[in-house]
Amino acid sequence: MNVVYGSPSFTSEVMGTGYCPGCGHGTVHKLLAEVVEELSVREKTVLCYPIGCAGLGGGWTNLNTLSCAHGRAGAVATAVKKTNQDNVIIAYQGDGDLAAIGMAETMHAANRGENITVIFINNTNFGMTGGQMAPTTLIGQKATTSPDGRDLERHGAPFKMAELIAKLEAPKFVGRYAVHDAKNAIKTKAAIKKGLQMQLDKKGYSFIEVLSVCPTNWKKNPLDSAKYIDEVVSKTYPLGVYKDVE
Amino acid sequence: MSKEFIKGNEAMAEAAVRGGCRFFAGYPITPQNDIPEYLSKRLFEVGGTFIQGESEIASINMVYGVAATGVRSMTSSSSPGLALKSEGISFIAGSRIPAVIINVARGGPALGTIQGAQQDYFASAKAIAPGGFRCFVVSPSTVQEAADLVYEAFEIADKYRTPVYVLTDGVIGNMMEIVELPPMRDPEEMLSSDAWRITKYNDDSSARQFSTYRPTGEMLTVDNIAMAELYEEWQEKEQRWEAFMMEDAEVVLTAYGSAGRIAKSAVKELRAQGIKAGLIRPITLFPFPNKAYENINYDKIDKIFVVEMSIPPQFVYDVELATKSQLDYININTSGGVIVETESIVDKVKESM
Repeated sequence: MNVVYGSPSFTSEVMGTGYCPGCGHGTVHKLLAEVVEELSVREKTVLCYPIGCAGLGGGWTNLNTLSCAHGRAGAVATAVKKTNQDNVIIAYQGDGDLAAIGMAETMHAANRGENITVIFINNTNFGMTGGQMAPTTLIGQKATTSPDGRDLERHGAPFKMAELIAKLEAPKFVGRYAVHDAKNAIKTKAAIKKGLQMQLDKKGYSFIEVLSVCPTNWKKNPLDSAKYIDEVVSKTYPLGVYKDVE
Repeated sequence: MSKEFIKGNEAMAEAAVRGGCRFFAGYPITPQNDIPEYLSKRLFEVGGTFIQGESEIASINMVYGVAATGVRSMTSSSSPGLALKSEGISFIAGSRIPAVIINVARGGPALGTIQGAQQDYFASAKAIAPGGFRCFVVSPSTVQEAADLVYEAFEIADKYRTPVYVLTDGVIGNMMEIVELPPMRDPEEMLSSDAWRITKYNDDSSARQFSTYRPTGEMLTVDNIAMAELYEEWQEKEQRWEAFMMEDAEVVLTAYGSAGRIAKSAVKELRAQGIKAGLIRPITLFPFPNKAYENINYDKIDKIFVVEMSIPPQFVYDVELATKSQLDYININTSGGVIVETESIVDKVKESM
């Protein structure tokens, strides 16, 4: 009997993740694990993971993981890579972590052009803490700390991280993807694979933003959440490649 | 062995390199800038790496990451910078990663002064950050001792898998003295990190995961009991101090760090004037050298002069604990930023006798 489909061997033996039903994090973990397996780089990989929902994710991969203080994965990944240049170093971060408290580390790591891959999960809110407004919350989107919806005058505009990073000189590959349907998940996987391959080829910094759903805090069921990505979120955050100078 | 006339900050930087340090990340702040400036060139000469971080916070987290790969790593800063590093130090301590942190302290609170000070006693020896952890804390009183302690700090850090915190100040950091620098340590002599470093997978192919998050209080209890046992082991085995002219002392002074060297001068001056003075100078601030104070003759001695460059005083509380509140505690203290003078110590001792 041929196995035609299975879990990647580098996900944890603990079945499933502890994420909410419908959450996009689990999908991205699986894609990452598949890429690590396909490139045969597990023994070289160190996953620098954040504080927030994905802070739980370290335990659900079977990869060497380094838990980073809130927002600091960019600094940690920078330094680990500088001193271990043959290793594959991945910073996996959410929007509060990467774009709020960790903005300085994020921008400086990108600007140095460290040969690392940053996977940025944008679900437009602080998920773990219960749905507060994030730097990525959409104009008009309600959050527990913007109960009347994000207001341009009061809160400022959402940060468009892929666009910002792409403007810097050093980054080599910057794109925004999604995982709310199979077609987009396949593209996301290809982008992650490209990022890791660039590390192996010493080609430099890659930034992969992934629009992810948060059914719990969006107060939508998973199907409506996926629709919300297509019809609303991706209007503020258009999908596509923003920079590719590989 | 050759001797050099060298500045405290540079002596500590060179001693770190000789002690095996191969990674440094830091951010400019006075009065410690000679350390990153020196290492920005020197580390690359020995195959190491230097990064000027975008902040104190980034720098300590860089040290966290590299130290987790088993490379001997260090950061340095001065008082307000240590406030920013405190969370990162907590991650290093909580993850049981060896690293060395130098605080070339200045006066506080907040910006304070750039001159030397001892206003960081509690913030170094007691509560670097929330969470109840400690660092192994040492404090030198000469440039020679600063070099020696930094050199040894890497060994202590590896042995106990702990951050070692060198609390010195702008006085020691910026003075020049004749120093015999330690030899370049042979990497073969250093403890292997193969059993724990993050860049190696376990022999059974399982993954290594550094995380300080514990889902339940019961799980955290296990870790924190291990932490408490570690600190008890330090208290038992690692207390260090200098007892200077204490054998026949009838007047006892106590001070650490730069105040310790000035108090030593005061002891010599008092002896010259016929007063049998002695000094207890803690070298480890955590573990605090309680044993040093057990040798005081409590039948004859009823007071102790506690010299420190901090207003309000801080170090005096550990002295009171170590002496079980059996004495009168006479503070001779200046504010951080003002160097306590030998004469004022001598005068205060004489008028209080």
